[in-house]
Amino acid sequence: MTFLAHLINGISLGSIYAIIALGYTMVYGIAKMLNFAHGDVIMIGCYVVFTTMSGMNLHPLLSVVLSVVVCTVLGIVIEKVAYKPLRKASPLAVLITAIGVSYLLQNLALLIFGAASKSFSSIVTLPPLKLAGGKLPISSVTIVTVIACLVIMAGLMIFIKKTKAGQAMLAVSEDKEAAQLMGVNVNGTISLTFAIGSGLAAIAGVLLCSAYPTLTPYTGSMPGIKAFTAAVFGGIGSIPGAFIGGILLGIIEILGRAYISSQLSDAIVFAVLILVLLIKPTGILGKPIHEKV
Amino acid sequence: MKKTDFKKMKETTKNQLITYAMVVIVYIIAQIMTATGSLSSLMQGLLVPLCIYSIVAIGLNLCVGYLGELSLGHAGFMCVGAFSSAFFTRCMENSALPEGLRFFFAIVIGILAAALFGFLIGIPVLRLRGDYLAIVTLAFGEIIKNVVNVLYIGRDAEGFHFSMKDTLSLNMAEDGDIIINGAKGITGTPHQSTFTIGVILILISLFVVFNLVNSRSGRAIMAIRDNRIAAESVGINITKFKLMAFTISAAIAGAGGVLYAHNLATLTALPDNFGYNMSIMLLVFVVLGGMGSFRGSIISAVLLTMLPELLRGLSDYRMLIYAIVLIAMMLFNWAPKAIEWREQHSLKDFIKAKRTKGVQ
Repeated sequence: MTFLAHLINGISLGSIYAIIALGYTMVYGIAKMLNFAHGDVIMIGCYVVFTTMSGMNLHPLLSVVLSVVVCTVLGIVIEKVAYKPLRKASPLAVLITAIGVSYLLQNLALLIFGAASKSFSSIVTLPPLKLAGGKLPISSVTIVTVIACLVIMAGLMIFIKKTKAGQAMLAVSEDKEAAQLMGVNVNGTISLTFAIGSGLAAIAGVLLCSAYPTLTPYTGSMPGIKAFTAAVFGGIGSIPGAFIGGILLGIIEILGRAYISSQLSDAIVFAVLILVLLIKPTGILGKPIHEKV
Repeated sequence: MKKTDFKKMKETTKNQLITYAMVVIVYIIAQIMTATGSLSSLMQGLLVPLCIYSIVAIGLNLCVGYLGELSLGHAGFMCVGAFSSAFFTRCMENSALPEGLRFFFAIVIGILAAALFGFLIGIPVLRLRGDYLAIVTLAFGEIIKNVVNVLYIGRDAEGFHFSMKDTLSLNMAEDGDIIINGAKGITGTPHQSTFTIGVILILISLFVVFNLVNSRSGRAIMAIRDNRIAAESVGINITKFKLMAFTISAAIAGAGGVLYAHNLATLTALPDNFGYNMSIMLLVFVVLGGMGSFRGSIISAVLLTMLPELLRGLSDYRMLIYAIVLIAMMLFNWAPKAIEWREQHSLKDFIKAKRTKGVQ
């Protein structure tokens, strides 16, 4: 029974990773860059919910919507200011800039909200579901998280398959120049990708802080890196891959924490990343990359 | 041809001499100021950290500037150097070796241990490229930090005891001495790092990297950075040269770690000193100093370590300013539009021309 409980916790954490990983995977697929600041957008989203909910007594749902809006705008601004000018520069330069943006967001939050951790009150206040005669309680946050993850995943897949904007995203990720020649607005599509990814980051942040209720300016960076691991694990650029990678990573982390060592759980997650990259660098569902000379 | 070669040689030698001279002059000035008592105790306490960060920045610059691979795990190599050397010093506490020689061996061991880790980690990591390589070095750095935090090593009459759980599971005799105490780290390392030793290590590091980058191997490393496929097709052994640069870079970071360990009474592996934040801090030094310029790395490491101490009032904004400067530097240096603008408005066109010639 405890194993089952751990498994459910793992799936819940994995769902959060999956939502964050979506942001990474979409941006990587289209802009071919690792958006290091993604984790910190999550943290900003959390702070928005925290201040509006605890400080201004807004309805939880309203503050979540507000947070999504703020993060979406933030994502677009970051892309326009920091990444767009470097689109044709070396990947190293883009990566260092992304690290700079991440650093900037963290320190901005540190200045505005202070280093002390805030205790985040969960937005989901339903009683836990008790299975197996009360022996296996599943918290309502867990259920909401998993459902949110599934809905987002399905919605995104439909969006990409069925809408024009989604098709444009696919085209840009395949070949930017060709897409432009076919009349796709490349800049707009990239902005849209950042907007969706950052909006999802806000939702992931709220779910993360509801499950693990301490909020500091560094809240986002570790889950961000782990979610990137998940995206790589599942095959970067692939949306189902992000889902599978996220869930598997969440399960590995929770089981590792429970059965191997609680202090080494981060090390275990990173060891998984290293192994995946060495054995199958393109991840579970990734397409092989061919290098052109 | 010969004439230009000679000229080029002179240019690089001059450049190297300026860097050495700069370090020595700063050293002499600092010594005089200490002797006359015009250096505040705060600044005196900063002298060794300045050396530490300069050394690690030199090492990281070799990796980022010359090898062209972004390592976010150099704090991990520092950690290896720090812990292995502190472990050695603690083990040799009661030995007959004179103190100076002991510290010398500690430095050698720290450097070798970091080099070994650099080599072992480099073998798998350097097969990857770009973003993947960066994130995997970050992962290795975090793993090193995490593992050190659960490492327990003790010694008693029977020999060494090792555990990864807690001090109780070491099963030591009562008179045993716990050397590495998990998250509490190593305590009781003597305060042996001095400014003089730090400066000597900076000079040695500079000597190593200057000779490397101006050698045949160094040119091979730069060729790999500029075009991997072209370098491979002219017969350069990519793996060998990448590993060489990465290992040397890690070893230099290890030397910085040794100084770090012997500058503090208690050595612990925290996110702030050996975690990912430290790696980013080091990267900021390298980028602001100029990728590929060792002199720049030293200057920026020194300035950025000293500034917050001098401007106490600004300390809240310091990190924010770093971040903004980092982004602005990257945009100014690398954005195609900014490069174009600079080329149109630059009076220093000839310097750029010379530099591109130098790379060839």
